[in-house]
Amino acid sequence: MSEIRLMKGNEAIAEAAIRAGCDAYFGYPITPQSEVMEYLMAERPEKRTGMIVLQAESEVAAINMVFGAAAAGKRVMTSSSSPGISLKLEGISYIAGADLPCVILNVARGGPGLGTIQPAQSDYFQAVKGGGHGDYHMLVLAPASVQEMADHMPLAFDLAFKYRTPVMILSDGVIGQTMEKVKLFDQMPRSTEVPQWAVCGNAGRKNRIITSLDLDPVKKEQQNLALQAKYQQMRENEVRYEKYLCDDADYLMVAYGASARIAKKSIEYAREKGIKVGLLRPITLFPFPSAVIAELAKKMKGILSVEMSAGQMVEDVLLATRQTPQVPVKHFGRYGGVVHSPEEIFEAFLKHFNLG
Amino acid sequence: MNVNDIIKPENLVYSKTSLMNDRELSYCPGCGHGTANRLVHEVIEEMGIGGETIGVAPVGCAVMLYEFSNLDFVQAAHGRATAVATGLKRVMPDKFVFSYQGDGDLAAIGTGETLHTCNRGENITIIFINNGIYGMTGGQMAPTTLVGMKTSTSPYGRDEKWMGSPIDMTKLVSMLPGTYYVTRQAVHTPSAVRKAKKAIQKAFEVQKNKLGLSFVEIVSNCNSGWKMSPVKANQWMEENMLPYYPLGDLKVDGKLITK
Repeated sequence: MSEIRLMKGNEAIAEAAIRAGCDAYFGYPITPQSEVMEYLMAERPEKRTGMIVLQAESEVAAINMVFGAAAAGKRVMTSSSSPGISLKLEGISYIAGADLPCVILNVARGGPGLGTIQPAQSDYFQAVKGGGHGDYHMLVLAPASVQEMADHMPLAFDLAFKYRTPVMILSDGVIGQTMEKVKLFDQMPRSTEVPQWAVCGNAGRKNRIITSLDLDPVKKEQQNLALQAKYQQMRENEVRYEKYLCDDADYLMVAYGASARIAKKSIEYAREKGIKVGLLRPITLFPFPSAVIAELAKKMKGILSVEMSAGQMVEDVLLATRQTPQVPVKHFGRYGGVVHSPEEIFEAFLKHFNLG
Repeated sequence: MNVNDIIKPENLVYSKTSLMNDRELSYCPGCGHGTANRLVHEVIEEMGIGGETIGVAPVGCAVMLYEFSNLDFVQAAHGRATAVATGLKRVMPDKFVFSYQGDGDLAAIGTGETLHTCNRGENITIIFINNGIYGMTGGQMAPTTLVGMKTSTSPYGRDEKWMGSPIDMTKLVSMLPGTYYVTRQAVHTPSAVRKAKKAIQKAFEVQKNKLGLSFVEIVSNCNSGWKMSPVKANQWMEENMLPYYPLGDLKVDGKLITK
């Protein structure tokens, strides 16, 4: 029996973590995502499901606690916001290099540096291109509603374990702080299964080593090739997106997360004026829905990438549309903590494609 | 007694621990790491907890420790061993978890993790090898390097005014309420080895009884980093390191030892 509640995105994802059978959460306070740990601590998940919640002394310590618990084969997560995610990148690289599953939530805010506590989508490159050192990717999910904040949680754990990879839920201050109705899924049991690769004491078997180190470059290259093969599998099997009013569209907007919600409103304005605009909302940012964008581009007069950044995702849209160079690809976005309005997007759209 | 009698199993008085494999150790000849590795594994074997133990190897000379061990191991990022150990222990409170870290790892880049892990009183065992230098990277100055000591990054000796004084992490962590057993040992003489082994055993007993954090420093030589023969390095250690880092228990049963 599902339950309907009015919750902040940050609260919904915390509740969803407990319900998804998460074994442990390690985190450090940072605005605008502190409600995640606050909610968890208040809920006493150790009593509800046995889930561990621990406040670490730093983002760096938190991600390394995640590394340790993930090595034990547990469903483990952390959450932070942009500057904190930068601190976690070393640990994320180690986790990716050691083929461990975990979930990392980024409720992104404006940067660079200490930036601002207001929402932004300027961590796209960091999330989808690797971020830390070495050739690795995270699988990146981009929720656009409080409902998706909750629903992406079990999905993120499933994908993390399917590919033994860090999964990032790339949210933003808008989605994290917005209160919406959310239909919560039922409590799932915590897994009692110990994966074949987990370290937990070697009673009755050969010992296991969790490491990202190999001083032999040829072996290290083989490990890298295996990682790349994994990412190729993700590209083939895990692309997720939402198509909105694309069937009759002459123009396309591409936007994720909060920007997708706002873009939908500006598409309404366009359609009121008789301009047929559709939206392609990537739900996975890595793997990126390149093929569907390439296909849609064939019948478009122009594509506008909308994101709260100086233009990051637009590079992937450009890459996806390189077979249709006649279709102009433009970017619009306010950033540094400013959230664009539907009117601003609509105006930019008209200007970019000379429709004003 | 002839040789055939001597090698009979009933006459065996000592053998290599089964928890270490036959791979060649990567440590320099004369280094204390090999002995410390052995003691940790001997204690775990004698306590019969090998099947329930997870080690955490950090960056530094001990980075390859898992190569010589038959235990489950996690290799941690530089300085983060106790955070990784915290994660392991919190989700498996009934297993034994230990970190094995050098002074660069534990007392420089990992100072924050070390202090907070100790302060939380995580029920783990920390083995801390202090040789006053960065061995793996080629003999650079460590936070534990003695004043006046020459290293590749303090070629004219550690200048206290410019580079600060050597940090006594063991004393620091002994002040924290979370630590239950804190001791400083060495492995450069047979009697020191025996005492160190007892201390390591006590540390794991503390963990077994879920009493809190146990912390064992082993003051060690780094003959190659110090540019000395193994014998000379041990003499130098006794004359210079041990006065600054005196051996013995600092905290037992959660109580500070006052001398």
